[in-house]
Amino acid sequence: METTTSGNCAPEAAICARGIARDFEAGQTTIRVLHGIDTDIRPGELTYVVGESGSGKTTLISIMCGILYPTEGEVKVFGTDIYSLTDTELVNFRLKNIGFIFQQYNLIPSIDVASNAAVPLIAQGMPREQAREKAKVLLDKLNIGNQADKLPRQLSGGQQQRVAIARALVHEPRLVVCDEPTAALDASSGRRVMDLLREVAVAPDRACIIVTHDNRIFDLADRIIVLEDGRITHDGKEMPDGH
Amino acid sequence: MLWIAIRMLTGDAQKFYGLLFGIGFSTLLITQQMTIFVNLVERGASGVYNAPEAEVWVMDPVSRTTDVSYAMPATALDRVRSVKGVEWAVPHLRAVANVRTKDGDLEGVAVIGVDDATLIGLPERMKEGDKSVLFAPDSVVIDDTGTTRFFPPEQSPIGERLELNDQRAVIRGIADAIPSFTSTVVLYTRYSNALNFVPGTRNRLSFVLVGVSEGETPEAVAARIEAATGLQAQTREEFSQAGVNFIIENTGIPTNFGITVFLGFVVGIAIVGLTFSLFLRDNIKQFGALKAIGVTNAKIVQMVAAQAGLVGMIGYALGVIGTVAFIRGFGANPFFKGFYIPWQIPLISLAAVVVILAITGLIAIRSVLKTEPASVFR
Repeated sequence: METTTSGNCAPEAAICARGIARDFEAGQTTIRVLHGIDTDIRPGELTYVVGESGSGKTTLISIMCGILYPTEGEVKVFGTDIYSLTDTELVNFRLKNIGFIFQQYNLIPSIDVASNAAVPLIAQGMPREQAREKAKVLLDKLNIGNQADKLPRQLSGGQQQRVAIARALVHEPRLVVCDEPTAALDASSGRRVMDLLREVAVAPDRACIIVTHDNRIFDLADRIIVLEDGRITHDGKEMPDGH
Repeated sequence: MLWIAIRMLTGDAQKFYGLLFGIGFSTLLITQQMTIFVNLVERGASGVYNAPEAEVWVMDPVSRTTDVSYAMPATALDRVRSVKGVEWAVPHLRAVANVRTKDGDLEGVAVIGVDDATLIGLPERMKEGDKSVLFAPDSVVIDDTGTTRFFPPEQSPIGERLELNDQRAVIRGIADAIPSFTSTVVLYTRYSNALNFVPGTRNRLSFVLVGVSEGETPEAVAARIEAATGLQAQTREEFSQAGVNFIIENTGIPTNFGITVFLGFVVGIAIVGLTFSLFLRDNIKQFGALKAIGVTNAKIVQMVAAQAGLVGMIGYALGVIGTVAFIRGFGANPFFKGFYIPWQIPLISLAAVVVILAITGLIAIRSVLKTEPASVFR
């Protein structure tokens, strides 16, 4: 087992999480869904976070990418203690450094594919046409350049997920976070998307974390972190026996 | 990002048109009802507007409007003429009478007696015939509202005889007059004729119309007339306002129109609020994704404001255009004759639209602002 890390952060770590705990209020009671997680995410690797529903994997990934404050602990993303930033600084940090791929794609249905892929650049202030051109280059690379002027609803699920991948990578973030990227796809489409993700998202200076419970794609991971009841129970190259 | 916001809105055609309908309908209701209200209460001053030469109206102290007046003795005319600053003063009679039409119907009319010599007291323009027709015996001029009430469209009223309080009257012209508040048919005739047409009482003189000398102001002359004669004297502006105030104070019109305008406002809030909330709720995942990606709440507010602004601008324009079309479309109807949209009314409607959008926008956007970016992972 390639154990999780504690103590000081490794200088090369893309994400360094220390003592991460998160509580949720449920009526009168407080439920702790993460119990002091310590882990590092390294660049150049495709890291899976897997676990049963309710194991805390989505909460962990949300905290690691700066969209959910932890109850305890600290997270450094490429050396920046993200939860010591102000709200505006944190939002800007995400905009520049993190790309997101969602299970349901969350594309904007009324703008075309190129504009959807260009959203992070437009949000950074790049002129729309310039952003679209840049997005089209990436869409070409993802083999859907010829769909650039179509609306998302005119595309298949696999194609929409490619648009989501383009949107996640168009601003060249150093961290890519994917939530169940294959859950809404059939086996072959899911596999193709994962191959593509590995090809375009994984780079020596970029980390890629994928939350999944899709065992059809476990073999594509460089590293698998297994969560159970808010604790890391496995951290290694392959899934442990019995899963 | 504003472009994206606009496309998000226009891309959902059903809700976009629903929002336009809400704002447009609300604007139409508010603008149209306020326009009708203002024009209707201004009819309370139509008697003053229809005698444009008079700069000062002199009347018994208890008289309130052109239609609510108490007659003065004939000597009042000479007393007014003797006041310094009075260039001219002419008698003006206003009374009600009954007309038996050719078909035998009985109609109440207003009889207005204008100065025998100068015909001061007649409306400025004639629709048909010349003002001088009144010099003929038994001659009356009917207002254009009256022609539609008394005669079918294909029949010219010129030369028609009326039985006015059992006396013969001949219509020899049509005046282009502003209708009265009650749309009563008005017959203009010379003062001496009017004395014959209307039932006799000791005092018959309803008003004295006054023109002021050069270098004098109507206010100063009116004050001088009041001091010298003990009569009530009002400038044209004061007396027209008194007519408007009388309608406002003595009818339920302000309340009724006020209720309709308020309902227009409420309907606007209801339709727009519901549709806007549904629209934002339908797009909550997209907004959540944008927040996760790195779009600030301030930018989200700008996006929603742009959406509200677009809907507001188009809906408001549609509502105002609808009101203009309504007023023009019904322009031929005597009831709407001379109706106009005062410039203040579209501004009031605009303010109402801004308030509607601000209220509904603030309510709707709360759900977006409260959405945690992390919710997109759930």
